[in-house]
Amino acid sequence: MAGVVKRFGPVVALNGLDFSVEEGEVHGFLGPNGSGKSTTIRLLLGMLRANAGSIRVMGFDPWSDVARLHRRLAYVPGDVALWPNLTGGEVIDLLGRLQGGQDAARRDRLLEVFDLDPTKKSRAYSKGNRQKVALIAALATDAELFLLDEPTSGLDPLMEDAFRQCVRELRNQGRTVLLSSHILSEAEALSDRVSIIREGRVVETGRLEELRHLTRTSVTADVAVVPAGLDALPGVHDVVVTNHRVSAQVEPSGLAPLMRALTDAGLLALTSQPPTLEDLFLRHYGAAVPAVAAGASSGRPGDA
Amino acid sequence: MRETLAGTGVLIRLGLRRDRWLLPAWIAGFAVTTYSTAAAGAELYPDVGSRVEAATALNATASLVALFGRVYEPTSLGALSLIKYTAFMAAILAVLMVFITIRHTRSDEESGRLELLGGGRLGRDAPLAAALAISFGASLVLGLVTAVTLAAGGLPAAGSLAFGLGWAATGMAFSAVAGVTAQVTASARAATGLSLGVVAVTYALRAVGDLAEPGPSALSWLSPIGWNQQIRAFAGDRWWVLALPLALCAALVPVALALRARRDLGSGLREERPGPARGSLNGVWDLAVRLQLRLLAAWAVAFVAFGVVIGSLAGNVTDLLSSPNAQDLIRMLGGTQAMTDAFIAAEISIMGLLAAAYGLSAANRLRDEETDGHVEALLGTATTRPRWATSHFAFALAGVAVLMLLSGLSVGAGAAMVLSDGNQLGRITVASAAQIPAAWVMTSVVLAAFGWAPRLTGTVWGLLLVFVALGEFGVLWNAPEWVMELSPFRHSPLLPLDSDAVWPMLGLTVTAAALAALGYTGWRRRDLAP
Repeated sequence: MAGVVKRFGPVVALNGLDFSVEEGEVHGFLGPNGSGKSTTIRLLLGMLRANAGSIRVMGFDPWSDVARLHRRLAYVPGDVALWPNLTGGEVIDLLGRLQGGQDAARRDRLLEVFDLDPTKKSRAYSKGNRQKVALIAALATDAELFLLDEPTSGLDPLMEDAFRQCVRELRNQGRTVLLSSHILSEAEALSDRVSIIREGRVVETGRLEELRHLTRTSVTADVAVVPAGLDALPGVHDVVVTNHRVSAQVEPSGLAPLMRALTDAGLLALTSQPPTLEDLFLRHYGAAVPAVAAGASSGRPGDA
Repeated sequence: MRETLAGTGVLIRLGLRRDRWLLPAWIAGFAVTTYSTAAAGAELYPDVGSRVEAATALNATASLVALFGRVYEPTSLGALSLIKYTAFMAAILAVLMVFITIRHTRSDEESGRLELLGGGRLGRDAPLAAALAISFGASLVLGLVTAVTLAAGGLPAAGSLAFGLGWAATGMAFSAVAGVTAQVTASARAATGLSLGVVAVTYALRAVGDLAEPGPSALSWLSPIGWNQQIRAFAGDRWWVLALPLALCAALVPVALALRARRDLGSGLREERPGPARGSLNGVWDLAVRLQLRLLAAWAVAFVAFGVVIGSLAGNVTDLLSSPNAQDLIRMLGGTQAMTDAFIAAEISIMGLLAAAYGLSAANRLRDEETDGHVEALLGTATTRPRWATSHFAFALAGVAVLMLLSGLSVGAGAAMVLSDGNQLGRITVASAAQIPAAWVMTSVVLAAFGWAPRLTGTVWGLLLVFVALGEFGVLWNAPEWVMELSPFRHSPLLPLDSDAVWPMLGLTVTAAALAALGYTGWRRRDLAP
């Protein structure tokens, strides 16, 4: 995608988006709610038409070559709506046939892995189970490209594990996966490369190692005596000292030296947490909180 | 206020906000219809003699009594002019109230909207109480407006009030019925179906009951629609009968509340049975058939039943309307041919309107599937947009054709029997099939709207109502000819058909095709909602 602009009336959802996914990689597509992730994916599927810019998916124009393109990709919507009076099994088989066939054995195995009862009517499924129906239907096909829009929202941690296993299998088979998420750790666990989108533009893209500066851990410690020179430690940033409490942003390489310094200073209590996506935006892109909130509300309803 | 009712007021305001166009439009529609009928009655039956003649003929015709009921006071202008309105329109009113009640109870529950609201300060009974408050209120307003319009149309005030309150009480009774069915089944469609089944059964009960000689039998007294007739507005105004539907409400509302208390949000009383683990649907066409066939089957049953009744009436037509004025009117409205043909032509064109209504509802499924988010999963596969749209659109077109052929066959069979003339079957079937293109035009308007102005897809119903009103009252209103010509139904050829009938049919079919092509173009170009 190059220079893609998408407007909904007066609202600009994508504002000159440049974005590319390499063949055979798992690409994490990260952004807060309303940043344009679903809009981008729906443009890639030809469900929306771009106002400007060019889009190519596997050499096809997604707007005009829908049938040929879609035979080679599989899609899981962010908000899965099913026909209330069809069973999960019926929906999986229907979507599989529309896709051009699915592997029956793999379908049955996926039903087992995801622990889904296919005889239940869709109206009786929870959000997580509806998500599973769409996931199984997509994963049981032989698609070359998988577009997964927040595929784990609604799944419990056990199922998230099963899902990650499935994505790793896909990568080992050389398939391409685009995985949107607003959870950094999820993308981190699965992706070869990630792109970060904010207010309709891709602001960062690259291999995870290259984006290491994004993955600082936030550390807060209570110590008996605050040691001097913490700022000077390699990989330790934004040190703030209040009374006996120290907080800092730490790169992975800076963790060991900092811990040593803190232990020597008489460590009393310690909390550490990985940065949230919102933290990243605040730190790296200077977005004030209200701007992020405005970004969230500028998306269309239900957009993620 | 009881804790379980907390938030009812908020929900009522929300419901009225959502229905701010729907309810006024329906009430206005009923008002215009009743006013026009009241005003037209005085011209149709200018003196007591003509009324007694028409009423006696009507009461002597079994199939008309089964369809509409009896005129209980042959000299009464109101009782005679409104004969179609005490049972038939009351049933339509009942259907409307069923839709409104289900819309604010089970539909909201199914879509998860109630769950969203339920997280706030909302009592368990509030959604049901709010839905009933809206449908009861709408029934009452509609009844009172009707009373005013009837009186304005020149009918006696007391009878007008009795008639209006009768409608109000009937609407309330069926709202309460829907309030109960909404608790029993887990889906809005099933709850609507069950309620409509109750409407149909009560209609049939009174049909059989009314046929008993000399007056209605106990069966009519078992039916809320029968009660509405037994109020006998303009024919004695028996106010005490109003107590029956009100008592039914008083009995059903606690039942609905008790059922609600016994079940969880989102579930029905009956456990959902497991379905097949493997699917047999092979594509979007199979899916469209699966989603639409049940509705078509219900329409088909109704069309055949209605058709047989109409057909068997063919022999009585000349007795039925022997007053010269009535005959003039039938000739004027239905064509210039023999009375029987004119009668059958008039009834067949009504069925053509009903078939168009079916086409509209079937084609509207396109928009419903889109806004429900179902299309997104389908279009993510190798299915193209035109292919998917064709599945529902073609089903709607085919459904319209099936209904009109069935209606032709059943009217034709009935007429062939009572007239002992086998030729009737073929010629009436052809005449019925001649109504198909006009209904196709309306179905295609839905597709055109879906392609270019998807939010307006539902408003095609309003257009249909305008065309119906123009056909029914256009002459009465002195509507200009070019306005009348806008209605596709105006161009449908009527009995007896000659070879020239091909041209308007061809014209309508081409119009339908052009509208469909327009719709496809728009649908291929626009963004997918939501």
